[in-house]
Order: sequence, then C-alpha cells, then structure tokens
Amino acid sequence: MGSLFRSEEVCLAQLFLQSASAYSCISELGERGLLEFRDLNPKVSPFQRRFVGEVRRCEEMEKTFTFLQQELRAAGRLPAPCPESPRAPAAREALRVQEQSEQLAQELREVSRSRSSLRDRLRDLRQHLHVLREGQRFTSLPVGPGVPAGLGREPILDPSLHHHLDRKINFVAGVIHPWRVTAFERLLWRACRGYLVASFVEMPEPMEDPATGESITWVIFLISYWGEQIGQKIRKISNCFHCQVYGYPESEASRTEAITRLHGQIQELSTLEETEKYLAEVLDKVAQVLPTWRVQVQKMKAIYLVLNQCSFDVTKKCLIAEVWCPVRDLTQVQDALRQGSVSGSCFVQRVPTTESPPTLIRTNKFTAGFQSIVDAYGVASYQEVNPAPYAIITFPFIFAIMFGDVGHGLLMFLFALWMVLYEDSPRLRQGTNEIWLTFFEGRYLILLMGAFSIYTGFIYNECFSKATAIFPSAWSVATMANHSSWSSAYLATHPSLTLDPNVTGVFQGPYPFGIDPIWSLATNHLNFLNSFKMKMSVVLGIVHMGFGVMLGVFNHVHFQQRHRLVLEFLPEMIFLLALFGYLVFLIFYKWIKFSAADSRVAPSILIHFIDMFLFTSNAENLPLYPGQVPVQMVLVVLALASVPVLLLGTPLYQWCRQRAPRTVRPRAVGGFMGITRRGIQHDFAEIFMHQAIHTIEYCLGCVSNTASYLRLWALSLAHAQLSEVLWSMVMRNGFVGLSYVGGVVLVPVFAAFAVLTVAILLVMEGLSAFLHALRLHWVEFQNKFYVGAGYKLCPFAFAPDTWE
Amino acid sequence: MAYGGLAVPIIVMSVFWGVVGGVLPWLVPKGPNRGVINTMLVTCAVCCYLFWLIAILAQLNPLFGPQLSNETIWYLRYHWP
Repeated sequence: MGSLFRSEEVCLAQLFLQSASAYSCISELGERGLLEFRDLNPKVSPFQRRFVGEVRRCEEMEKTFTFLQQELRAAGRLPAPCPESPRAPAAREALRVQEQSEQLAQELREVSRSRSSLRDRLRDLRQHLHVLREGQRFTSLPVGPGVPAGLGREPILDPSLHHHLDRKINFVAGVIHPWRVTAFERLLWRACRGYLVASFVEMPEPMEDPATGESITWVIFLISYWGEQIGQKIRKISNCFHCQVYGYPESEASRTEAITRLHGQIQELSTLEETEKYLAEVLDKVAQVLPTWRVQVQKMKAIYLVLNQCSFDVTKKCLIAEVWCPVRDLTQVQDALRQGSVSGSCFVQRVPTTESPPTLIRTNKFTAGFQSIVDAYGVASYQEVNPAPYAIITFPFIFAIMFGDVGHGLLMFLFALWMVLYEDSPRLRQGTNEIWLTFFEGRYLILLMGAFSIYTGFIYNECFSKATAIFPSAWSVATMANHSSWSSAYLATHPSLTLDPNVTGVFQGPYPFGIDPIWSLATNHLNFLNSFKMKMSVVLGIVHMGFGVMLGVFNHVHFQQRHRLVLEFLPEMIFLLALFGYLVFLIFYKWIKFSAADSRVAPSILIHFIDMFLFTSNAENLPLYPGQVPVQMVLVVLALASVPVLLLGTPLYQWCRQRAPRTVRPRAVGGFMGITRRGIQHDFAEIFMHQAIHTIEYCLGCVSNTASYLRLWALSLAHAQLSEVLWSMVMRNGFVGLSYVGGVVLVPVFAAFAVLTVAILLVMEGLSAFLHALRLHWVEFQNKFYVGAGYKLCPFAFAPDTWE
Repeated sequence: MAYGGLAVPIIVMSVFWGVVGGVLPWLVPKGPNRGVINTMLVTCAVCCYLFWLIAILAQLNPLFGPQLSNETIWYLRYHWP
C-alpha cells in the first residue's frame, strides 16, 4: 500500500553547499518542497546570524511594498494576483527591484503631495469665489444713484447710504460648517447684539471637507457690523467655530475685480488634471509589477532565513545544512542541487541518527480529510501503523449507525456531491467564511457519511421516520385476526392487541433486508428496537476493538519486537475474546436458538454474563446450552490468567535479555522509540510502571469501552425519535385538512418541516453523531494500538496560498 | 419470496458482499491508490455485511410480536396480504 499504511522512511541528511551556489540551491529545493531544514545555530540570536543583512534588506523592501500597496488601495485599485509563481531573484536582480521600488515610492509620494496641495488651493479659491458671489446678494448696490431703492431687490445694507450716517460698515465673510450655524448665530447675537447683521446662505454646490473628505454643503455667512471692537469679537468667535474667513472688500468695484481675479486663478489650476493623469500612470505601473515583486522578495527572505540555519565550515569553505529528507526523494534532491549549483559541487549525504525522524504520510485530496481527523488527535509516531485508511470506511459507517435515515442521508449525500462536483470552482474555493471552509474541506467525508447513512437507513427502514415496505411484511395480521376471531365489535372494545408469533402463519420469516415495516406501526416498537440496537452496538464495538488490537501486530512485527506478540498481543486477545467474544457468541446463539415457543423461559444474557464474573448461578435463569457453567468458568479463568502475563511478561523478558551475557546473538537494537540498551538499564522501573498502566488501562478499558459503544444505540434512538416527533407534530398536520384550503396550508407547514429538518436533524444531529463517532475512533479504537506521539515533516516550500 | 426463510437472503447478500470484498479488489487497476481502494472495499464489505446480518438474525426468532392499535388492525387486516 502506498505510504498511507505507515509513515514513509525519512532519513537525516547533510547538504554541502558551496558559498557561491548556496542561494540558488536552496531556491531550487524550495521550489520542489522536499526537505525540512534543521536549525544548526539554535543558540545564536537572530541579529548575529550570518545573513542578517540580507534579511534586513528584504524587510525594507517589504516595507516599501506595503506603502505602495496602501497607495494602491487608497486609490481604489486592487493589485492583480500573481499569474505564475516567479522564482526567487538573484542578487543583481534583487538590487534592481529594490532600486525600482524605492524610485516608484518616491515618485508616488511627490506626485501625491503636489496633487493634494493643488486640490487644497483649488478648493480655497472656489470657496472664496462663492463667498463673494453670494455676498453680492446682500450688498448689491442699486443700478444708479438716482434709482430709488426697493425696486425688486431690497438691499439690506448699503454702505454708500450709510456714509451719510457717518457710520462705517465693515464686513466679515466666510464659510462655516452647516451644523454649527445655529450655535454661531446665537453666540453672535448674545455677544454683539444689535451691532451686527448676520445673513446666512447655503453654498450652491457641495464641497469636500478637508478634514474628513466627505462632501458637505457649506453655509456662507456675511456679517456686517460697525465698530472696531465688535469686529474683533466677531473674528474671535468665528475663529472658535473653525470658520474660514475671507476678506470682503467694501466697494462693489473691488468686489467684481476680486471675482474676475479669482476666475483667472482657477483657470490656471488646470495643471491639476495633468497631475492626476501622471498619478494614474504611476499607479498603473505599480499595480503591474507589485505582485511579482512581493512574491520574489518573500521567497528571497525565506531562502535567507533558511541559510541562516546552516552552519559554515571554515576548512571546506562551504555551508552545511542538516535536513530531514524522505528516502524516496534523495535522488530528486541530488538533482535539484546539481541544477542549482554552478559546477555541480553541492551534494547530499545521508547521515545515521538515533533521533526519531518526523512522520511523512502522503495524501491526496480524498484521503487528506480522513488523515486530518486522525492527526487532530495525534500525529502518528514514526513508522507506526496509521489508522487513517481504515477510518475512511469505519468512521462514516459508525456515523451512519447513529444517523440512519434514508431521507436525511440522501440530503447529506447530495449536498456533499454538489461540493465535490464543483470543487474546482473558484467561488467555492475562495470562500472566507470559516464554517463554510470547514465543510468544504470535509466534503469527501460528508459524501461517504451520507452514502452510508442511506444504507443504514434502509436497514433501519426509516425514511424521514416513515418505514417503507419494499418487500411484503412478514407479519400477517389477517391470520392472527382469523385465528383469534377479532371481529369488528371485538376490535372496537380493545384499543390495542398484540400479534402472537406462536400462532402459525402470523410470523412468516425474517424480513429479508432490514427491519420489518410493521414495527413502525406498532406501539411497542421500542421494546424490539432497543434490544436489537443495544446488541448491535455491543457486537460492532467488540469487533471494532478486536480489529484495533490486531492492528497492533503490525507494529510489533515492524519494530522487531516479536516477543510482544506472545507477551502482549496474545494475552490481550485472550482477555478480549474470552470475555467479550463470548458475549458476542451468546448474543448470536440466543438469536438463533431461542424462539417464541420458549419466550416465557428465555434466558437473560445479561444475568448470565454477570453470574459468569461472580461465579454464581441463578436458578430461574435457564442455561443457554448444556455445559454452560463449566465453559464459562474456564473462560473466566483463562481471562484472569492472561492479566499477569500482560502485566509482567514484557518487563521480565527485557530484564532477562539485558542480564544475559553478551555472547547471546545480538538482537536488533532498533527498539521502539529508539531506546538503547543503556536506556533500558536505567529506566527499568519506568518500564514496569508503563506496563502496569497499560495493563490496567487495557483491562478496565475493555469493559468500559464496550459499554461506551452503547452510544451508537442511544444516538440512533434519539435521531429516530426526533424525526418521528417532527413528522407527527409538524408535517402530519399539513395532511389533515382535506379541502383546497388544506392544500394551501400544506405549503407553510412543509416549509416549517423542511427548515426544522435541516436545522435540527441534519445540522445538529449530524454534528452530534460526527462528534461521537470521532470520540469512538480516538478513544475506544485507537487506544488499543496507537501511540500518536510523532511530529509532522514540514518541508521548506514556497506555498502559493500563503501569499495574500 | 421473502418467506423462503433465511436461505435466499443470506445467499444473495453473502454473494454480493463477497464479490465486493473478495473479487473486486483483484480487479482494481494497478496504481498508487490500489492499496487504499482495496482496504476500502474489504472494510466496506465487512461492515455492511455484518450490519445486515445482525438485523436479519435479530428478527429470525422473535420472542414477542408487535402490539397494534385497533385502527391499524382494521386497516392492515384487509390491505396487507
């Protein structure tokens, strides 16, 4: 089998890299993503490492790139994602990238600065223009001195008139934020009451607020006052309110002159357009090259960080790197080194080690989901048997036992099928919702779970809690009715009656596929189903655990510990089979041998099992087969005898082997986890302790884990009851009304049924069954053989999804 | 049909899952995934067959019968064979 069965062989190797070609070799290796580099300078701080200068240079470039990115984003452009993955740049190219990026950043800064100053100036001029123009409304002179006032436009204040009154009118004109107008007016009135006239008018067009950037309709005010002190007060108040005050010339002529002058100045600012165009060009250039540069510099930085982990050998003038390399890929590594180095002077050399290498299990898109749920509990120790290939089927199967319903299984299967068929669509792949991504990653898991749920649904004979009679039912009501002469009158007085299988013809044989449909119509169906499901859970649990113990054989054989086959595997199997294998036998025996004829005196398996342990017997509980008591006694003694073997066997064996003289043929020292002989000497108490814990855990675990499998019964019962409640209390009410109105009422009833089905039965029950199936795998199955104390091989690779 | 007793269903199901678990693995084309696919086929056959077997054996000799309401009996008496 591929490497899914156990971890691939991983070896420790040393790379000898010439200083000149070290960078390109590591770049080549990074592109292929084969090796995990080990840090040979762990005690050196990051600031003292060899290539700290280059790393710092990369970080500076990244800072420039961040600035460019921000500018792009501020201008509302999104940089295009990098189409193909560029390789890490050589030193000269990196220099060019750095120079160009800094130049672009500089240009961008200058252009933005000039543009913003031009815009400010334009805004200022336009505001002034508006102030003057609007102010004309209040202070316009009549056409000639002879025309009487009051023709159409009533000037509020006319400075020429007031010359006669010998009072000098002054003006303060400006622009104020619309929200502050009332407060401003009030304060002006309070401060300078009677000595001023203030008028406010809205600006015809909205303009940008320099502080916040949003468009606001400013309010222009024109205050005419007389008296110098009032003027000072007014100016102070307008200062407080952050108003923009402009000079307002008194005479009409100077005002019109100012207006024409402003118009001219605004025309001059046509350079603003050119600045904007130039800015757009610069941004275009940046958007084009930025993605490639980012990737290149990120790769460069990663390479230098790896180079920092190598040690420099002065005598041979080369860099030495220590790597974990899968043995299968050694030739590829050699190839990469040859490609990267100038003269083919770099090479790789395998190095023996006593350390435990990292675990590498290669998966494809289908097996990755199942491997990840096994890894979530613990990464497999190096070369230990991997439970994942079996979990591909047993996990969905155990889920389906708790979820068995054809309708729900079909919905789940179709949902997963949609995800699988469209898995390459970018819309599905690039979702950002975490929950959606979790479901998407597990699409093959959900597909299998749905498929198995359909199968178990057929066996439980449940489709949205309704049974289907694919084959005709085995129970004949007509025969029973004729035999017991159930007339209509009799039935009317007896609300519930039981079919008796002892009557010939009532029960015609076992239903060929699944549970008979009559049980879903019976009021005592739980009596039958509970017994069936409990026994089913126990049988499947014991089979699952037995399979787990047997997987341990592969470990013992692989790690050259054949003594454990006799001293551990055998007592474990005897204990499990003598007690719980016998229970399975009792269950099957009772199913086959005992029928309705002896239903009154049918023995209880549970009482027999308890009596077996206590070495007692119960007179009322008939034996299942002759000679049961001595057989059981033998089995219990056998099981109890295997416990001390399990407890003391392996430690004593190791102790004897260690005490035996060295003339004994040397056995393979490739012990489990690489414990050396010297290690055994010192850790002997630890070995005894470890074995004692293992024995207790195993023996008590056998009992408690068997009971733990009863959750299969509990959850399938809960699921069945929930779907039945949903049907009888929600959906059935839609069918009760038989008129046209009833047909209309059916639609919202179905909507409610559908929503509750999806929310409660699919999502909630699905998650619950998923969790319990996972627990059964992680605890009950895996603690029979799995250690899970390894660590994953994390190869140095330029993964494209880490780039934003 | 269903009441040839136990023999027909057992033979049919045993043959079916026997083919799935014992014959199909030989027909899987050689490739890197052959081991995984074979494991899947065998495990699936064993699990599904065992589950079906438990279901049919549990109903082989029922110790008690279903208890039905009188309305159900009225209906089933005439509508089910």
